[in-house]
Amino acid sequence: MSAEVTSLTTSIDTLRFSTAGSVDDGKSTLIGRLLFDAQGILEDQLAILKGATIKHGHVDAGEPIDFSLLTDGLIAEREQGITIDVAYRYFTSAKRRFIIADTPGHEQYTRNMVTGASTAHLTIILVDATRGLTMQSRRHAAIAGLLKIPHVVVAINKMDLVGYAEDTFVRLRGEFAPFLAQLAFVEVTFIPVSALKGEMLANRGTSMAWFKGQTLLETLETTQAHQAVEQPFRFAVQRVARSKFGEKSDLRGYQGRLDGGALAVGEDVVVLPSMAQAKIHSIQTYAGPITRANAGEAVTIVLDRQIDVSRGDMLVKPSVGGHGGVGLGTAPVVADRFVADLCWLDTTPLDLNRRYWIKHTTRSTRAVVESIAYRLNVETLDKTVETLPKIQANDIARVTVVCQRPLVFDAYADNRATGCFILIDDTTNRTVAAGMIHGANK
Amino acid sequence: MREVAAECANPALLFSGGKDSIVMLRLAEKAFRPDPFPFPLLHIDTGHNFPEVMTFRDRRVDELGERLIVGSMEESIRRGRVVLAEPGESRNAHQSITLLDTIAEHKFDALFGGARRDEEKSRAKERIFSHRDAWGQWDPKNQRPECWSLFNTRLKPNEHLRVFPISNWTELDVWQYIAREQLEVPTIYLAHEREVVERGKLLMPVTAVTPPREGERVVRRRVRFRTVGDMTCTCPVASNAATLDEVVLETAAVRVTERGATRLDDQTAEASMELRKKEGYF
Repeated sequence: MSAEVTSLTTSIDTLRFSTAGSVDDGKSTLIGRLLFDAQGILEDQLAILKGATIKHGHVDAGEPIDFSLLTDGLIAEREQGITIDVAYRYFTSAKRRFIIADTPGHEQYTRNMVTGASTAHLTIILVDATRGLTMQSRRHAAIAGLLKIPHVVVAINKMDLVGYAEDTFVRLRGEFAPFLAQLAFVEVTFIPVSALKGEMLANRGTSMAWFKGQTLLETLETTQAHQAVEQPFRFAVQRVARSKFGEKSDLRGYQGRLDGGALAVGEDVVVLPSMAQAKIHSIQTYAGPITRANAGEAVTIVLDRQIDVSRGDMLVKPSVGGHGGVGLGTAPVVADRFVADLCWLDTTPLDLNRRYWIKHTTRSTRAVVESIAYRLNVETLDKTVETLPKIQANDIARVTVVCQRPLVFDAYADNRATGCFILIDDTTNRTVAAGMIHGANK
Repeated sequence: MREVAAECANPALLFSGGKDSIVMLRLAEKAFRPDPFPFPLLHIDTGHNFPEVMTFRDRRVDELGERLIVGSMEESIRRGRVVLAEPGESRNAHQSITLLDTIAEHKFDALFGGARRDEEKSRAKERIFSHRDAWGQWDPKNQRPECWSLFNTRLKPNEHLRVFPISNWTELDVWQYIAREQLEVPTIYLAHEREVVERGKLLMPVTAVTPPREGERVVRRRVRFRTVGDMTCTCPVASNAATLDEVVLETAAVRVTERGATRLDDQTAEASMELRKKEGYF
């Protein structure tokens, strides 16, 4: 391949970010305008957008294109003037590729936000400068905090409607910063913008010379996408290969992805929950065997002896001097009971009498929610303890979950992949909750 | 792909010979080799496909040593399942019936597709694991939340999933991957001389099923296809890109979307794809 082709995009990385905000915060306008200014809208899309502006648009004088219509794609959305579901958009700047999960902010807020943001590196919280902080600003921040999204950008939008006043920006930043500080983000950045006029998105504009920080696009281009955190080795067995390996063709291959750490041929591993031990005979890929695999890679692992391993089991490395399976150090926890934060996503409320399906890594089993410790007030971050709590759509609660078969897990704070789970209603088959494991119940 | 193979009873992979499904085959090789694929390949043949693509499809299936099932639209028409309003009508939108009949006949519970979210605005809202009811319908207002890499594959009888592993790839990503992996593509994806007529902003290929209309002038142009769907609704673009690297460079510089430049079927209404998908389309 020529050097020119290689340099086109392979040398740059991808940042996944999500946005959320209510309809009136100008979120769709912000994304549409950012894409337009970064040349992420193609000519035929622009022509359709101009036509749609005449037909459905709500534009202020002097702005020929209603950018909000770019992300509101479906017929029902245009009829009702709302956004129904998470929409994904893609654009590339000179420095980076971007995947945007654009999550609507009115009904089913938590549901959409969790869907759009669970894999994001960064989230943009929109605040309308004319209205100030709302319940949604705080809710968005609280969910981003629970999901452990490392980076937050607070875009104070509609600065054009407040005369580009620095004191408005400073006041809103002062009001929001203490709340955000409680949520332990890696980085929080405040930027004043006018999405409508395209100021401080891709271009600085001329109206806010008092602001010395980066534009939104510069911030997106320079935010660190991947934390270089050393995690212990985790490999959930996804599928057992049909082919056999080894000199005598008597060894099985286990397919899956490294959800942390690295692995080399010859190393010892322990199979959980059975505690059986083996050495790595080989690591197979389509391109042939490799001697070492790293976090995020999908491989087939061949063990040096025949032991019972099936989908849902987890391979880990033996902990040095540990007490096997206890504590959240290098060894994961093997337990059928744990404490978790639950985002309830379904219109049918949580029922403590019901058995749900739980899906965690590659393991599915039955589970009940045994008790509710508190419901989180996302506006104040207060923990509301009630005698008969009712957990319904968009609620977040600290609960104790009990499973039919034990799970092999880490705390979500230590490893997103081995600390998250979903609950599925066994009559409707709907995904009713997303959960983040806090730790084993003692 | 491994998740579907592990959790679904009877999946299949849609393979048309088009560029996205060519990528899907390489991904399947990476996911499962040295095993055979744990599913057959499936093609819904409108009977109006480019012959170069059909030749390529059959050769690729042979090379891989995998099984191909073909759902034939000619057969659906013969059996009266598909009724065309007029013989020359585009068969594209009618494919859904053949597709759903084939799913029912083989009891497939999951179909891999190479659709991408950057293609079209209703695709942009679709999940990677997209649930279809017993009528094959996609309900955009009632999609399952999709968190982290945890996919809910539970189904009721006669329901199925459409699974789109390359949802987050763009057209440029696909061409870069094809160039990097040195994958063979049907020759019509690369620049070649072809008889076309100019119809509006599009170049219409002159074929047995798309003859020139009265008064239209047939010209020879150097073109390539950006997408290779049904002949009656797929148009080439003017191009000199004769190698994979040149296609990558051209794709990086392009200012018109893939479907906008090549598809007649999406130009009839702003939301054609959304309406077709609700009827069970790919």
